[in-house]
Amino acid sequence: MEEKISFFKRPAIQTLLASVICAVVGIILGYIALYIINSEHAADSMKALLVNFFKFRVVKGPLLMKNFGSFLVKSVPIILCAEAILFAYKAGLFNIGVAGQYTVGIIASIYCSLALGWSWPLCLLAAILAGAFWGFLSGCFKAFFNVNEVIAGIMLNWIGLYICNIVLGRPECMNQSKSETYDLAANNPDALLPGFMQEFFGNNKYISIAVPLTIIVAVIILIVLNKTTLGYELKATGHNKDAAKYAGMNAKRNIILTLVISGAIAGMAASTIYLTGIENFKIASSVPGMGFNGIAVAFLGGLNPIGAIIAGLFVEYISLGGQYVDYNYYSPEMADLIISIIIYLCGFVLFFRSILSRPGRVKVNANAEPDDTATKAEEKEV
Amino acid sequence: MVLLIQYTLIFSAVLILVALGGMFSERSGIINLGLEGIMVFGAMAGGLVMVAMADKPKATIIICTLLAAALAGMLASLLIAVACINFKADQTLIGTALNMLSVAAATVIVKGYNTARSNAKDVSAKLDYVKGHNAFVIQIGKLQISWFIIIAAILLVCAIFFFYKTKLALRIRACGEHPQAADSVGINVYAMRYIGVLMSGFLGGLGGIIYIAAANSTWHYDYGVAGAGFLALAVMIFGQWKPERIAWAAVLFALFRSLSNVYMGIGFLHALPIPGTVYNMFPYIVSLLVLAFTSQNSRAPKAEGIPYDKGAR
Repeated sequence: MEEKISFFKRPAIQTLLASVICAVVGIILGYIALYIINSEHAADSMKALLVNFFKFRVVKGPLLMKNFGSFLVKSVPIILCAEAILFAYKAGLFNIGVAGQYTVGIIASIYCSLALGWSWPLCLLAAILAGAFWGFLSGCFKAFFNVNEVIAGIMLNWIGLYICNIVLGRPECMNQSKSETYDLAANNPDALLPGFMQEFFGNNKYISIAVPLTIIVAVIILIVLNKTTLGYELKATGHNKDAAKYAGMNAKRNIILTLVISGAIAGMAASTIYLTGIENFKIASSVPGMGFNGIAVAFLGGLNPIGAIIAGLFVEYISLGGQYVDYNYYSPEMADLIISIIIYLCGFVLFFRSILSRPGRVKVNANAEPDDTATKAEEKEV
Repeated sequence: MVLLIQYTLIFSAVLILVALGGMFSERSGIINLGLEGIMVFGAMAGGLVMVAMADKPKATIIICTLLAAALAGMLASLLIAVACINFKADQTLIGTALNMLSVAAATVIVKGYNTARSNAKDVSAKLDYVKGHNAFVIQIGKLQISWFIIIAAILLVCAIFFFYKTKLALRIRACGEHPQAADSVGINVYAMRYIGVLMSGFLGGLGGIIYIAAANSTWHYDYGVAGAGFLALAVMIFGQWKPERIAWAAVLFALFRSLSNVYMGIGFLHALPIPGTVYNMFPYIVSLLVLAFTSQNSRAPKAEGIPYDKGAR
């Protein structure tokens, strides 16, 4: 009986194992980098980065829960971006344009809430539509003009960024004296997403329905990809466009649809942070890193919608930890460095997993060797 | 107008070198999306050398800076080569990872350098290399030319010669079209791909230092190189993976790119009622449109993006 469980769970265990190895090696390499820069304070800073906001556990009261709440709020957009990326990746498209779709989502959510004074359902919808439209553009370039979606996505990222700076730099949105957009809570409280379990998180007023919404989105993606005809068609098109066309699927429509859905999720990600009021937009000179961190999360989560939630929490935890290192010796970008090392290692993870799962796929007799690989996996776990 | 020519020359030099780098890598069968990251590493190494050697004679500065940038670029490209050739990793993912890694690493290293140098008074990611920048400048009448441009021109000629006239280049190209066939006649596919990627590192690193040092005398490393590597990829596609076409494409793109730097100085453009940011958008919009018209019958190397598997049929 035990054999059976380990046989069925094998891919999941592998994914988990591979991701954990990735994360641990990333942290170790980060520590080495800290050590090279300044050997005396490396251990302290790494500890501060890993302990993170849990250092508030010694203080009695709601401070820990409040920080935990803010951590959840900030993890939401990164998880949604990862969902957007993995959805497209499963359908065979590397949607690096998520960063740009996220950026136009920012434009829509802030402009609609501050300049037009709309309430939150409309703002949320506007952000989703804006992201979907940006995804539609890169989908059209891919489907009709055969432009590689990565290149098109990157060009659209920069175009989106500059449009964002133009639109949000206008006096309706931008508080010129602080050089960031106006506070949403003071100017249009209707546009704030409704709260969710705020008392539980030490009266953290930023916790909103975005948190449960993220979980719902993840579950929907899981179902759509694995249980519906639509998901099957999108995946088939990703595997082989010509074969899908031959089987009677509309390949062009499927490519565009994939990027539209992916873009919609990315646009929604932007509204889940800019409609809570936790952050105001500042004029940026480079494309927001959220979409790129989403790539890390998607791959670290083993390209699984639920795995992405866990990986998203982890990545956000590390990047939040960057604030706690000693600025006298290190820069907060240390966290970005660790995250990017982890993404790089993710490239090896797919290789690692394909090696491990290869015998299972090729074999005719399924009972002969699984025991062997299962015990190997267990050994590695120990 | 002089300024426009000057900037166009600089950006063409950058785009030509980096796009040629991308071309060699893709011709060998590896999609190099990490060009941006390679440029950042080259720019960082070159910048650090220019700051550290500010008092040395001009010739020493020039040689050391170029060497450092090229070496750093090649080291960065090794990260791609090892992962994509030996470990068959997803090339798009690795390229993206390298881009992120480079900006984070450059910021951390430059900040660390500044912090150590100034006893924690200066914690910015900015390098100031006026002397290094001046070492490269040659004044011809009103036109300011940089050594960088001359070097780029020489390298372009070398690349064209290498690409069409040598055995090695023919072998590299074979590996990008049909690696199994190349292997069957005794060509070492892995070695050829390593050479292709390392060449892209060499050229990309040089492109990076030119991008930051030819027109500026300071640079904020937390900005990376602002998408120049991706523009170079667009140039490469527009140039149909051929060196002489890439050179023309690069000049065209460079013209649009430099408009955003100099539109203030050109009367009628400045008078137009559009915000300056629009000019920043220009090169990206143009390259999207150009790609839309040229990608339909693009002649990309057949085997690019597919890891070479000796056992595959």
